[in-house]
Amino acid sequence: MTTATAEYALLPDGRGRFGVYGGRFVPETLIPALDELTLAYAAAQQDPAFQKELDGHLKDYVGRATPLYYAERLSDEYGAKIYLKREDLCHTGAHKINNALGQILLAKRMGKPRIIAETGAGQHGVAVATVCARFGVECEVYMGEEDTRRQALNVARMKLLGAKVIPVTSGTATLKDATNEAIRDWVTNVRNTHYIIGSVVGPHPYPMIVRDFQSVIGREARAQILEKEGRLPDHIIACVGGGSNAMGIFYPFLNDGAVNLLGVEAAGEGLDSGKHCAPLTAGALGVLHGSASYLMQDSDGQVAVTHSISAGLDYPGVGPEHAWMKDAGRAKYVSVTDNEALEGLQKLAHREGIICALETAHAIAYLEKMRPQLTPETILIVNCSGRGDKDMNTVVQSLELA
Amino acid sequence: MSRLSQHFAALRSRNEKALVCFVTAGDPNPDATVALVETLAKAGADCVEIGIPFSDPLADGPSIQASSQRALEKGMTVRKSLEVIRRIRARVPDLPLIPMTYYNPIRHFGLAEYARQAKEAGADGHIVTDLTPEEAEEWKRICIAEELDTVFLLAPTSTTARIEIVTALSDGFVYCVSRTGVTGLRDDIPAELRDVVTNIKAYTDKPVFVGFGISRPEHVERIVAFADGVVVGTSLVNLIHKERDNPALLDIVYQYVASLKAATKS
Repeated sequence: MTTATAEYALLPDGRGRFGVYGGRFVPETLIPALDELTLAYAAAQQDPAFQKELDGHLKDYVGRATPLYYAERLSDEYGAKIYLKREDLCHTGAHKINNALGQILLAKRMGKPRIIAETGAGQHGVAVATVCARFGVECEVYMGEEDTRRQALNVARMKLLGAKVIPVTSGTATLKDATNEAIRDWVTNVRNTHYIIGSVVGPHPYPMIVRDFQSVIGREARAQILEKEGRLPDHIIACVGGGSNAMGIFYPFLNDGAVNLLGVEAAGEGLDSGKHCAPLTAGALGVLHGSASYLMQDSDGQVAVTHSISAGLDYPGVGPEHAWMKDAGRAKYVSVTDNEALEGLQKLAHREGIICALETAHAIAYLEKMRPQLTPETILIVNCSGRGDKDMNTVVQSLELA
Repeated sequence: MSRLSQHFAALRSRNEKALVCFVTAGDPNPDATVALVETLAKAGADCVEIGIPFSDPLADGPSIQASSQRALEKGMTVRKSLEVIRRIRARVPDLPLIPMTYYNPIRHFGLAEYARQAKEAGADGHIVTDLTPEEAEEWKRICIAEELDTVFLLAPTSTTARIEIVTALSDGFVYCVSRTGVTGLRDDIPAELRDVVTNIKAYTDKPVFVGFGISRPEHVERIVAFADGVVVGTSLVNLIHKERDNPALLDIVYQYVASLKAATKS
């Protein structure tokens, strides 16, 4: 196991593979752009000025470091020490801005004057629209029509920030289809456009780049928990759609074999209902959006229709590094249903005065399932990946609060 | 020499350029696809690509997306698509046939088993739109064993290094994408296309065919002045959809394809 964990930090390999996962399954037109991005990222990593600029913006614009908050009343409820990594306090309200900021700086280095993005819940779209406004770059965001309805607040935010929001009506009109449409735009406008993918998915080098930019979450959390508790946590819990907030908090702990990493997928109306989006829990090897990973698909290899109350988790694929960590046994992937997530959301609101995003609520909800194994000495960190303002319509309807 | 290579060598010896047509298997229905491909052959098509529908065709524009979706909604599968190819092969024994799809459906089917069945059904070659040579090692090995040609694509963005790799690995012909973008109708032919094709031809003697955005005889005429052939997909898919209930569908398709083929000889 020691050997295996030591290898994690070295992945992906030169072909963009995490074991059998990852790779670059895209039309030929994009290969030169992926090569260009790979080189630009490698050069940026070697350039202290790049990291300094990024750190400066993360501190003064995003508001990092985010707190590692001891959730006292939640801890009382579960009989363990529960900390929340407060990514919901980032500028724009979610962890997504960490990656958007890193990638806009890369786009600047590559001299690309136009930015596109896909978005599900709208948090990534808002983050990209925000950094595009900040750096004066043209921005277009693809969003499934279904999602533009359930996340109307974020559509308005993106527009106010000066981005063009393009509703996508093809397929299921959710995140998967918005991603297809963003890739089609990129294939068409690749010479002047950088595509800011919002999760640890897509063709190499995206899963690596997004992971690295999100790893600031885990680096901070690791230092903060050591300072507060003098030791590493027993468990880290994060929700997984594409898996960027989970990858960001997990990655700096990969070589800490005693830290249990738990990714929580969306079981929707239940795994048996077929209406879910839990590829790691209930999917199989497949290729979507440029990389091989676990995928929800039917018996013919067609991508399955997914469901989650949370637009940000409503995606049939998942990052290839999560697939690798699952197979290697380094992380464990579980799932909670829409209803359980709604209960988690209310519990956090009532106990801590924090209204989290529906995505994040899946991670919170998993605490309930861990209850039997918790002791007063158990230390947990839950990645509080985003705030819940955007979900108020959905929550009000589901809970009949109006 | 494969049927594809033989066929295109014969065209070249006659100083003739190739017309490749694309249809989606099962749109509007399997019987129609069989009859349509037979008509394409009669009208002069030199090769037909049979699109096996995939739920997420990210290299395709709205027309072929919609066509794939219609076929899937009517129950089309990889297995049924192979059956359509088998029936087409029975009607047109000598027409080069190339299934074209994305990686996930055939990977899910099982690459080796799929290649075996495709060959047995009568396919001569294969295109996998999202599989570039770097990711195609296993697929290429399997296709060599099954004597199934693999056609790879080049784009205007392809570097010299990539042109060398793709022209070396592509069998039958090299598929040059006319522009950065997805499949679909365009009015114009990109100004840079002649240079792109001429540059590719400097690296290979294999025929270079141009596809994406070609719909009119005048497009064909202009492109065959510097390329070895053209691929026409979206306009044909649109025409078939528009006239699907017209009893004269096959005649209309025949006229259209014959006009494109005539343009390859001008």
